[in-house]
Amino acid sequence: MENAALLWLSVLVFLPAAGALFLMLPIVPRSNPEAIKRIALGVTLATLVVSILLAIPGMQESSFSFDPEAVNKMQSVFNVGWIPTFNIEYFMGFDGISFPLVLLTTFISVLAMAASWPINKYVRAYCVLFLLLETGMIGVFLALDFFLFYVFWEVMLLPMYFLIGVWGGPRKEYAAIKFFLYTLLGSVLMLIAILMLYFKSDLKVLAESSAIDNGQLVAAGLVTDAAQADAWRAEMKASEGARHTFNILALQLMGQHTELFSRPVFGEGGYSLQWWAFVLLFIGFAIKVPSVPVHTWLPDAHVEAPTPISMILAGVLLKMGGYGIIRICYPICPEAAFDLAWWVCGIGALSMVYGAFAALAQKDFKRLVAYSSVSHMGYVILGIGVASVMYGGATSYWSMGMNGAMFQMIAHGISSAGMFFLVGVVYDRVHHRELDKFGGLFGKMPVYSGLAIVIFFAGLGLPGLCGFIGEVLVVLSVWPFSKTLAIISAAVVILTAAYILWTLQRVYLGPEYKGPHGEALTPITAREWSIAVPLVIFAILFGVYPRAVLDYMEPSVSQTVEDLTQWGKANNFARDDSAEGEAAEVSLERRAEPAAKPAAPAANREARVNRPPDHNLVRQ
Amino acid sequence: MNLLELFTDLLGNTESSLRLFLPELILCGTILVLLALRIFSGLDKIPSWIVALAGSGLALYYAAPWVLLEGTVKSQEIFTGMLLYDGVTVFFRGLLLFFAILFILLTRVTELVQSEDDADIATLVLGATLGMCLMASANHLLMIFMAVEMASVPSYVMAGMLKSRRRSSEAALKYSVYGAGTAGVMLYGISLIAGVVGSCHLPTIAASLADPSLASQLPTMPLVLGGLMLAVGLAFKLSAVPFHFWCPDVFEGAPAEVGGFLSVASKAAAMALLVRVAVGFAAPAGGGVDVASSEPIVAPVVATAAFASQVEGAVTLTAADTAAEPDGLLGSVRYFIVVLIALVSAITCTFGNLAAYGQTNIKRLLAYSTIAHAGYMMMPVAAAIHILGEAAAGYSAAAGDAVASVLLYTAIYLFMNLGAFAIVAILRNNVGSEEIRDYAGLVQTSPGLVICFALILFSLIGLPPLAGFVGKYAIFYALVEGNLISLLIVGGLNTAVSLFFYLRVIKVMTIDPPPEDRGPVSLSLISLPGIYVTLITAPVLLLIIQWDGLVRMAQAACRALVQ
Repeated sequence: MENAALLWLSVLVFLPAAGALFLMLPIVPRSNPEAIKRIALGVTLATLVVSILLAIPGMQESSFSFDPEAVNKMQSVFNVGWIPTFNIEYFMGFDGISFPLVLLTTFISVLAMAASWPINKYVRAYCVLFLLLETGMIGVFLALDFFLFYVFWEVMLLPMYFLIGVWGGPRKEYAAIKFFLYTLLGSVLMLIAILMLYFKSDLKVLAESSAIDNGQLVAAGLVTDAAQADAWRAEMKASEGARHTFNILALQLMGQHTELFSRPVFGEGGYSLQWWAFVLLFIGFAIKVPSVPVHTWLPDAHVEAPTPISMILAGVLLKMGGYGIIRICYPICPEAAFDLAWWVCGIGALSMVYGAFAALAQKDFKRLVAYSSVSHMGYVILGIGVASVMYGGATSYWSMGMNGAMFQMIAHGISSAGMFFLVGVVYDRVHHRELDKFGGLFGKMPVYSGLAIVIFFAGLGLPGLCGFIGEVLVVLSVWPFSKTLAIISAAVVILTAAYILWTLQRVYLGPEYKGPHGEALTPITAREWSIAVPLVIFAILFGVYPRAVLDYMEPSVSQTVEDLTQWGKANNFARDDSAEGEAAEVSLERRAEPAAKPAAPAANREARVNRPPDHNLVRQ
Repeated sequence: MNLLELFTDLLGNTESSLRLFLPELILCGTILVLLALRIFSGLDKIPSWIVALAGSGLALYYAAPWVLLEGTVKSQEIFTGMLLYDGVTVFFRGLLLFFAILFILLTRVTELVQSEDDADIATLVLGATLGMCLMASANHLLMIFMAVEMASVPSYVMAGMLKSRRRSSEAALKYSVYGAGTAGVMLYGISLIAGVVGSCHLPTIAASLADPSLASQLPTMPLVLGGLMLAVGLAFKLSAVPFHFWCPDVFEGAPAEVGGFLSVASKAAAMALLVRVAVGFAAPAGGGVDVASSEPIVAPVVATAAFASQVEGAVTLTAADTAAEPDGLLGSVRYFIVVLIALVSAITCTFGNLAAYGQTNIKRLLAYSTIAHAGYMMMPVAAAIHILGEAAAGYSAAAGDAVASVLLYTAIYLFMNLGAFAIVAILRNNVGSEEIRDYAGLVQTSPGLVICFALILFSLIGLPPLAGFVGKYAIFYALVEGNLISLLIVGGLNTAVSLFFYLRVIKVMTIDPPPEDRGPVSLSLISLPGIYVTLITAPVLLLIIQWDGLVRMAQAACRALVQ
């Protein structure tokens, strides 16, 4: 089992890199860009096939399993030592949270490679960088070792810099360095947080904890099966000093079941380690998402990047931020997440509103789509953030919010990649993107306009298309938490409708096209058609049958939520003053015994702070 | 002990010492052979570089750094305590000799010298390497001074290698004047310390400092002054701010190859020396070192005790403050070293990165990058001493690991900087310029070389998956372990700042269009320089796959350093 997983997941991650290496060999004809693009497309297709093989249950040993025993856990986990002196492991696996994103990555990569045909400058270098980028993206979603995660996270940086900087538009250098700098700053903060968590982690405490059963140790990849768990515990207890780890799953267990990360960092009375780690990690991920106010790199990067790179950027790269928050920030630092829930929700709502208003004001077609991304990714942050407010309260709302956030990521991956591609199609023809100079495209390019309208409506969140499901789940989950926020987030839908309908009107409708290069507006080619149609199909499919995605992700998301709710109950966390009306009732109803005496959060905090000092680091 | 006993003792000691000193002896022999070959006609047809290569290869074989993979090297004093033979010695000696080999090859690949000067450069390189090996194993303040001078004097000459170029001569002059000045200051500092403590032998000094009964008698002011003056000499070799002024000028004037030598070998030896001095003062030897010398712990000169009582009130680090401590002056000394190194490293790092931003000459840019990297490399030394200071028992392993991160970084830095300077030298031969703007659009005609250069520059920023990240990670790791969060933040921010100027070079080469007045510069990787650059760049790219061995070597080297 483990060997098969090692093989399949390694192939999935490194196949594009191997393809890139192959392209660098001198045997590949330099003078034939067509052949190079074909090879690169073939590699992305092969990667897609591997990921589909893993997606179909029972296809082979390490395929995604819907077995109720396994579906909510990490699957196909393997763990081999890499750098034993620093406790770094080559540790990968997938679950319902990461796997849909892997599929999205391989799928969008194929389409983006197919959309790269108009690129005629340094084709070989382009394809090599593109494939390296794909390796980095898949690796981020599969890595379960924090160090490995960080390496993959950074691996994407270099190809992306060149892809924007060399093949981009007029202000490409500015956009590329801005992208690089923002991301690097975020990742330096992340590295500091990783090291802080690492040095406070201790597997020994985990081994000594009675709150953690052997099944959890197996699930965290610390031991291969339950039979070895006791031996492992004995070994850990016998070892001298702390046993640090980069294992993300083990860090999650430590964050939720021990107090290793709850101590103040800078002297007594200060913020706890997990507060700092949460803030640093959240900034790092928020830059990637991107959330207001660290979003300013995105419009520049999108406008200057070539079409396929914009597709990758919007379709996959932005999802890494959301993924990081769900996988790392919340499970490892639940207490900080609880304390900062309002901040996270506020940032999410702010991004939604700001992005939508900014989109309304844009004159550049691509910039408009870029700001719509900022707005749409705000739903993801809000959906994740709203949940943590419900600790110890209504699990179902939280679960709904996080499922909505995850669904929104997939849906946005489809719709935004589609929108950028469709903008690229007209840009290739008329070489401008000014919204005011379009109009009447429906007459000249009917098929294209039909496809575009479906995709843009998906972005708008029209019922029956993919964008609707995520948004409605998020808005519903916000309602019991805060009606104000719910009304704001629902109102954003109106703003979204405003800018998208207005765009459709300005670009596709109207009597005739009066801008420059009108003669170049020819109907879309078969290649363009075959890129747009799969996106349209998925936009409709996920809209009418969302279970196609939810079946994969729902058990894992609910498990994450359940774990955190358990944590909240165990630690007497509840937020009854912030929840209003209905929500307060719900949370009172569902709250476990600890809440029998009405305990204000302040009292809870007090109780946590004044825990007896001889408490042996483990929450019983 | 009569004279005969003393004599036989000395003889036996020397004999056993010579065996551990073999690599240095081979270097001396090679230098003599190189000089002798030119005396006899007929023999002068033998190319000097081959002799030098053979000599350093043989020395490397006997230096045998790979034994570190098998375990720790027993640390022992040789030559009656003048030198120390331990893991750090073995590691740095191996590194320096390996670098000497690569450097001699580089001078051939880039055709730096005419054939008649061939023997000169080989002799100078080996001479400087010899001095650097001694720097890495010095255990005595006088030895430190001699080793520094032995490494510096050939370097001065090498900086002025291109005799016909005024800039080169100017660089050599600046370097030697500056070097002579700081050497004088350092010697003064050494004499102060020796006068106060009564010994030049580092472990003896450390033991005196740690002795609670002596602590109150040691005058602090001369000690502090002596320490600062010694630090001046070290800072000059490290090109640490504020003793860095020579570095950009010398690098700009000297040939790029020599710049590479100064930036890698000289820096590595200086780092080794910093480790020796810092750890030597801060960590009194435990039972692990075989103290071969019979030198007793000399009581401080009594006369100075009276002086001490006078200055006590004037300085912050008074003996009175620490007299109560069981460790004697050790706590204050550690605090002093940590603050000094941390401060200097933070300033050096920041200054180097900021100053590099405005450079237009690639060699000046790399000089400032060298300065910045010296700052990064000094940080873990502060962390190691800090760990010793916080000091519960069992922390010595952590301190050793912190020092190991310096060794790891130095080894990686060797490839990065040698590669960078080698490419600059190759481009100088082909483009005829060392201005960054003249590199514009090189990627179109020499893609292989530009890719290698870009990888090396990205590695210098410290981006994964390149080797520079491994080094930087190890350093940050040591800083967190040493609880120096402020230094960690300085290092992190500097990494982001350094992005700008490295990236600018890459941008010029890849994104900018080539200038019209430059002829086509086509350099294939399938050529002698191309293969050399590829081989140097390969470790930078591939180290991430398996770097456990290197870490284990570095940690094994440092395990016995701190008891």
